[in-house]
Amino acid sequence: METKIDFTLNGQQVSVTTDPLRRLLDVIREDFGLTGTKEGCGEGECGACSVLKDGKIITTCMVPIGAVGGSDIVTIDGLKETEQGKTIIEAFADGGAVQCGFCIPGMVMAAEDLLRSNPHPSEDEIRKGISGNICRCTGYDLIVESIALASERGDGLW
Amino acid sequence: MAKMPIETAVRRSDAIAKASGTQKYLSDMTFEGMLYSRMVRSSIPRGIIKNIEVPSLPEGYYFISHKDIPPEGKNELWMIAKDWKCFAENEVRYVGETIGLLVGPDRNVLANLLDDLIITYEEHEPAISIEEGLACKGGAFVNDTNIFCELEIKTGDEMDEVFNRADRVFEETYRTGFQEHVHLETNSVACVQEDDAFVIYASAQCPFYIRKSIAGLLNIPYDKIIVRQTTTGGAFGGKEHFPDVLAGPLLVAVNTIGKPIQMVFDRSEDMEFSVKRHPSRTIIKTALDDKGAILGMDIDVVYNVGGYLSCSFVVLQRGVFHATGCYGIPSTRIHGRGVATNTFPSDAFRGFGAPQTLFAIERHMDHLANFLGRDPLELRNEYLLKKGSLTNTNGHVYEEVKLPEMIKQITDASDYWRKAKEYGRGTGKGIGIALYNHGGAFTGNGEQMIIKGHARLHKHSDGTVDILVGSTEMGQGFQTALRKIAAQVLDLDLHMINYDNPDTSKVPDSGPTAASRSTMIVGKLVERAALLMKERYDSEEDFHVEVEYEHPEGFPWDQNTFQGDAYLGYGWGAAVVEVEVDALTSEVETKGIWVSHDVGHPIDELLIRGQVNGGVIQSLGYASMEKMENKKGYFKQNSMSDYIIPTSMDFPKMESFLVDNPYEFGPFGAKGMGELVFNGADAAFCEAVSRAIDRRICEIPIPPETIVELEIHGN
Repeated sequence: METKIDFTLNGQQVSVTTDPLRRLLDVIREDFGLTGTKEGCGEGECGACSVLKDGKIITTCMVPIGAVGGSDIVTIDGLKETEQGKTIIEAFADGGAVQCGFCIPGMVMAAEDLLRSNPHPSEDEIRKGISGNICRCTGYDLIVESIALASERGDGLW
Repeated sequence: MAKMPIETAVRRSDAIAKASGTQKYLSDMTFEGMLYSRMVRSSIPRGIIKNIEVPSLPEGYYFISHKDIPPEGKNELWMIAKDWKCFAENEVRYVGETIGLLVGPDRNVLANLLDDLIITYEEHEPAISIEEGLACKGGAFVNDTNIFCELEIKTGDEMDEVFNRADRVFEETYRTGFQEHVHLETNSVACVQEDDAFVIYASAQCPFYIRKSIAGLLNIPYDKIIVRQTTTGGAFGGKEHFPDVLAGPLLVAVNTIGKPIQMVFDRSEDMEFSVKRHPSRTIIKTALDDKGAILGMDIDVVYNVGGYLSCSFVVLQRGVFHATGCYGIPSTRIHGRGVATNTFPSDAFRGFGAPQTLFAIERHMDHLANFLGRDPLELRNEYLLKKGSLTNTNGHVYEEVKLPEMIKQITDASDYWRKAKEYGRGTGKGIGIALYNHGGAFTGNGEQMIIKGHARLHKHSDGTVDILVGSTEMGQGFQTALRKIAAQVLDLDLHMINYDNPDTSKVPDSGPTAASRSTMIVGKLVERAALLMKERYDSEEDFHVEVEYEHPEGFPWDQNTFQGDAYLGYGWGAAVVEVEVDALTSEVETKGIWVSHDVGHPIDELLIRGQVNGGVIQSLGYASMEKMENKKGYFKQNSMSDYIIPTSMDFPKMESFLVDNPYEFGPFGAKGMGELVFNGADAAFCEAVSRAIDRRICEIPIPPETIVELEIHGN
């Protein structure tokens, strides 16, 4: 049965009328055309579809849209417009964190989530912070270094 | 621009779009009137299809099978061999073999239809393991022997004579398992009609391979199929031939239905029903004289090919040619066989057959050293290949081999010698070393005889230059490397050089993106084309130059006898891994990773580091945690929660060195490296664990449960 669901998406009040059991991932990608959020595994293991829900990181393949009513959702398409998002993205580009790129929007979300709670993380804290995000290309070292670079460059942003 | 050395890192041209999510991958694209499709697959490993009961299809839904291939077409995919069918007609050889497609506008409806489609079979007894394949369990289904492909190479004295002379013989058997690519973007292809051509959009490594493979289905000329590579979210060999298996049925379906159709695998499909790395069994028998010197090695290599040959003979050849690793052995005999089994066909995966035999020879050197009461590195050092050494195909090593310098780098950085002495066997702490190499580009004279790669550069009147090649970016950084090469030669800013994902109607065929050949071979073509362009750049406005591959003189090769120079040059590697094994849980904590590589001269230090890090971690995953089992024809692991690949927490930051060793025939001295970096950390890890628990390790992967078994039951 279709239900009307209101929520905030990248700072805008939005509303969808849809099956409440549909995955938030599909609604973001299909109904709003925000394809920066990727599907990697469909079971909450890889983190490619990560977004912030009320400031906390979630995997959108595991969340039904019915659970999103009244929430504040920020996707990569919203984050990339912010100073924080730009700082992380630029650091990823300079630090060599990006290879095939498919996991990277989710990694950027994880980095934002980490830096919000810990603006100056150690290497171990960064590794822990992105441990819910799988990358097959990089072996993680350059992602870890790039997040440290973002933290340094964006001192005071978070 | 102020010229910087080529190796100075630049920002990748694709980084910002990818990191900000604006880069479109195939699943982000839609086409007007696009339909979705689901594969209908064999649910048994071996048998005969007796009946297909298609449920009643709502309007706008279709079932496509071999019956939709027009009479003038042939139901075959032309990979290297032509044996793999587009749709099974009668016989099925493995679980997941394509039988048909369900096509329609709503994915939920398609999923329900798939559940309701019933196929009945006459089931036959399958052969799953290498041993079952060799024993022709259930009867041979390929030739009379199940042997798909076979080769033997020899050097030095006759093996019987060598073993007659031997004072002692040391023999062991080594095994490696399946490995799944787990590119984060799953296999994805779409097909649309455009004017009188079919356009294939594909997440793929080799656009020209797809065109060749599927044109025969409709018996149409190559130029009626246009393949446009879409930004590819990782490949590792998994998108070398396998996209043909999606593109073929889609082509037939679009030809029948006349609407655009997309196919994007979900993760479980991508894991359960896609190609894997070949499982292997390698037996190495070494003849020793009374002083412990190696007289010869007799090596038997078997790879599990699965149900169809595809490119497996080439994979096997590479395995055989790498079976003596970095060592010059006085007499050798290496016999390789690819065996048919009823598992999903094995195919390309970073390393392409080399990792399996390199694992075997590296474990053999460790255990042989132990058998002789010698240090494993000292034993290796005695047999290292050097410039001028004979290879196991009676060819030569042409380049200076810098392994001694590389070994020193990583043994110093890791404090190897102290730790090797201090960590007694069975103390829970261990350190291991492995050496490895990788022959660059296609085997022998394949670049000349089979590929004949072309590259074109086009200068526009605004001064910008397009690089037109069929080679693809799949994450490895190739487009940035190519642009740097062209910019450096033409003395232009990087932003003046364009490279787009290839479209087969617009670019020349520069060969597949495989075999670590792209920078080494295609990069060289671009360098040569840029040199030609430079002469005319200032005087002409709008023109292009095109070059064809030229084989260097003096590398004889006979592809019938497999004699001569199997490769034009090798990348070299050395890895040290240090571990601690938990006494209670047998979990392994990796304490340090030190690697050194000879990649010729680096085109970009940051790109190289990314490749090294990624390849080494993939290799450590292969050794430690990536367990893919096949029981009775079915993969037991089909998700990222049961097939575990490394996370950021599993391995520590590595220390990585390069040695500079410019390669004469590569652009700016570069040679192949994308696969090299996968080829040895696995063996170093196993040696470290082996010393920590004082047990021999001859098989990977070794998850903690295997280590517990070894500790309790011994070898």
